[in-house]
Amino acid sequence: MVTITINGLEVSVEEGMTILEAARFFGFPIPTLCHHEGLSPYGACRLCVVEIGEEPRTKVVSSCTYPAENGLKVRTASERVLRARRMIIELLLASCPQSKIIQDLASAHGVSHQRFRQEYEDCIMCGLCVRMCSEQMVAKAIGFRGRGTNRSIGTPFDVQSDVCRLCGACMYICPACQLRCTFNEPEKAVCNACANFQPPCIEQDRFHDMMCYMDPCVACELAKTP
Amino acid sequence: MCRLNSIENFTALQERLIAESHPDTPTIVIPAGTCGQASGALNLVLTAQHEILSRGLQNRIRLRVTGCHGFCEMEPSVLVEPKGTFYPKVDPAGMRRIIDALLRNDVVQDLLMADGSSGRNYENLGDLPFFRYQNRLLLSQNEKIDPLEITDYVKLGGYAAFVRLLEHNAPGEIIDELKQSGLRGRGGAGFSTGMKWDFLAREKNGKGKYLVCNADEGDPGAYMDRSILEGNPHSIIEGMLIGALATGADKGILYVRTEYPLAIKHLGTALTQARKFGLLGTNILNTGISFDISLIKGAGAFVCGEETALMRSIEGRMGEPRQRPPFPVQKGISSLPTLINNVETWANIPVIFRIGAREYASTGTGDTGTKIFSLVGKIKHTGLVEVPMGTPVRELIYTIGGGPSGKVGIKAVQTGGPSGGCIPAELFDIPISYEGLSRVGSIMGSGGMIVMDENTCMIDVARYFMKFLMDESCGACYVCRKGTQRMFELLDDIAAGKGSLEHLDLLEELSLTLKDASMCGLGQTAPNPVLSTLRYFRNEYLEHIEHKRCPAGVCKELISFSINELCTGCMACVKACPEGAITGEKKQRHSIDQDLCTRCGACRSVCRFDAVDVQ
Ligand SMILES: Cc1cc2nc3c(=O)[nH]c(=O)nc-3n(C[C@H](O)[C@H](O)[C@H](O)COP(=O)(O)O)c2cc1C
Ligand code: SF4
Ligand code: SF4
Ligand code: SF4
Ligand code: SF4
Ligand code: SF4
Ligand code: FES
Repeated sequence: MVTITINGLEVSVEEGMTILEAARFFGFPIPTLCHHEGLSPYGACRLCVVEIGEEPRTKVVSSCTYPAENGLKVRTASERVLRARRMIIELLLASCPQSKIIQDLASAHGVSHQRFRQEYEDCIMCGLCVRMCSEQMVAKAIGFRGRGTNRSIGTPFDVQSDVCRLCGACMYICPACQLRCTFNEPEKAVCNACANFQPPCIEQDRFHDMMCYMDPCVACELAKTP
Repeated sequence: MCRLNSIENFTALQERLIAESHPDTPTIVIPAGTCGQASGALNLVLTAQHEILSRGLQNRIRLRVTGCHGFCEMEPSVLVEPKGTFYPKVDPAGMRRIIDALLRNDVVQDLLMADGSSGRNYENLGDLPFFRYQNRLLLSQNEKIDPLEITDYVKLGGYAAFVRLLEHNAPGEIIDELKQSGLRGRGGAGFSTGMKWDFLAREKNGKGKYLVCNADEGDPGAYMDRSILEGNPHSIIEGMLIGALATGADKGILYVRTEYPLAIKHLGTALTQARKFGLLGTNILNTGISFDISLIKGAGAFVCGEETALMRSIEGRMGEPRQRPPFPVQKGISSLPTLINNVETWANIPVIFRIGAREYASTGTGDTGTKIFSLVGKIKHTGLVEVPMGTPVRELIYTIGGGPSGKVGIKAVQTGGPSGGCIPAELFDIPISYEGLSRVGSIMGSGGMIVMDENTCMIDVARYFMKFLMDESCGACYVCRKGTQRMFELLDDIAAGKGSLEHLDLLEELSLTLKDASMCGLGQTAPNPVLSTLRYFRNEYLEHIEHKRCPAGVCKELISFSINELCTGCMACVKACPEGAITGEKKQRHSIDQDLCTRCGACRSVCRFDAVDVQ
């Protein structure tokens, strides 16, 4: 067992656990996109970042790949973490606004607009499909190709794969295409339905996105009752 | 040459080689590294060989073909020993005259390099300002060594340090001495090499450990590692052998970029020769100690220089960085403890143990030892420059580099490659040390140094590096892949006159996120060129944004060319213009049709009368 401190709470967790697993086990919410229980961590979306270490030498790392080490101090929703998370969501909205999952993330984190040149990409390169195919379906039909902006997912040489079992698992797990946002106004990154959803939590400023881990949070429920 | 069976055999061989070396024999030295070969050094070698053979001079003149000496701009050059006469830019006819003169024990005055101010000629390599103010602890060895001959290296005292340490075999003492030397990694981050070795030595698993030489040098315009690999491959092998003794590693890997075929060839030969001598492989010099090195060609991506990506690439997987911890020393190649050092770091090791840590540490202020920089850009003398740590930037640029190459002054220097920053001319008095550079927002990096003058646009520079990083990002993490793309778009907008103040805010916000949330060093340092130009040259950004003007006259969308009254009507520009945009009568002032002009700048560069203005 190793002892770590999460948001001021000292806890003991099993050795080999990641920060994300430890935090979730004790009920601290951390948003993720490229993480899936049962698949190996990959660290692609960077949404799960947390701040570790002690002032003034703290560091921001992805909690899904970082091991829980003895004595580690972790903060899951510090100013620095939230700033990075919001920017990541803004980048996601700017490239893949049609994903319901991304729209939901935006509204949960109060990101109501994006300031970049709008793109409509089908894939955020989270690698869930690749890992699903190789680790759970043991097919290894698809993989990453290229690097940087030329990176893409597909079969080798784009030839229809003869090892693919057409199981559909890759599509099922994809955050970019599994649930399409109905997307009323295509020219706007944030669709109306989600953009207006701002939980009226009285404690919001103090706890930032922490407040919602009761899901549904009492404040939100209260606000709904007429 | 047969295998050496004992330490005594090696020592005897070394003594014999030194006794037979006759350093006074007239010798023609021709640097023929990749840079030398590109400028025609091999032609000189052929000429010299032909002259020597056809005139039967084998016993009077020796010829040595070596790696790069550093003054790449003056190549193909010739150095004549024992006096050390330096001839720049020699052609085959000049080569013959040099040989004739050498036979008379004379020098060819008109082939020497002229001193612009006094009108005198520089005779010796050591007199040239370019060389005089350097401290060429590593690079000076290149002149003495034919990289294809292990005996040349042994003659210089090579492998003696390793053999001495092998005899005593006290790993703890080696690491203590290395720590005393103060050596820090030359590959980027500047981590203490002694500490790194200590970590590896403490890892005990009984299944083996790896030492890796990172020769994936990928910074644009940087080639100091190449010059060592090509010119002195045995220094790296000896460094790694000492590392193996100190840490108990049994396997070594040289990871060399594919784009360095000459380095790969020289390293391959050096490894074979060292094995033949019994200095490498199983049971080295019959001491029972074994260590072998294999050569692996890089996968050709910049990010493969990052240590975790490098290890994956060695394992035959896609070169993508991964989370640290576990650090390579804990879990490296094939899960075995692995230590990775840069080429220049390894090359320093034999020197430290040859001259002693104390002596080594006496060089340099702030940090110890020397650092090689590749000086390129708008500077008079480009080439490889080795100076003690702590040398002021000004000395490097003005005293050694000779100041600006063009008519306008130097504005800034960019250090540390794409992850580094720009240092403005006002700060040129800062010392070149790890802390000195990071205080002003740059880094030592691996030693690239790009000099920029008033005709360089800082937004253009930032955009160039961002484009490089956008293309080289492995793309695994979202913030780095998209962040570099978005930053490039923003810079591109600003350069095109479409920028707003909000662009600057966004650039700064994105910078913070990239620094914080990227997985590896590439993404974490990607904003540096933008942040440092924003810090020192904010005005230039504002000029582009608020007045739609590029003060340096670079950004095509924001400039226009016109012809002033100095025009003599020589018509040179008319021929040069690819668009047919220039009209005018012979001997009359010409004019440019702005609608046709694509602002390529060709007219400005051909005009000999300064008659083309850029605004
Ligand atoms: C994107 C990236 C590229 C790198 N490229 C190189 C390289 O080409 N050569 C090198 O020696 N180190 C490179 N490094 C640094 C290595 O990761 C590593 O720190 C270094 O090889 C350690 O050696 P040292 O301690 O001797 O400096 C790079 C790092 C990053 C993040
Ligand atoms: S459908 Fe094919 S590619 Fe997709 S997970 Fe299944 S086997 Fe893999
Ligand atoms: S296709 Fe979907 S699951 Fe696969 S990498 Fe892209 S976004 Fe992720
Ligand atoms: S920071 Fe960039 S280069 Fe490094 S792992 Fe992430 S995407 Fe790849
Ligand atoms: S090259 Fe210069 S001097 Fe000659 S015609 Fe053109 S602008 Fe005039
Ligand atoms: S800048 Fe280029 S296109 Fe324009 S006038 Fe000069 S040569 Fe012609
Ligand atoms: S969930 Fe950790 S990086 Fe995506």
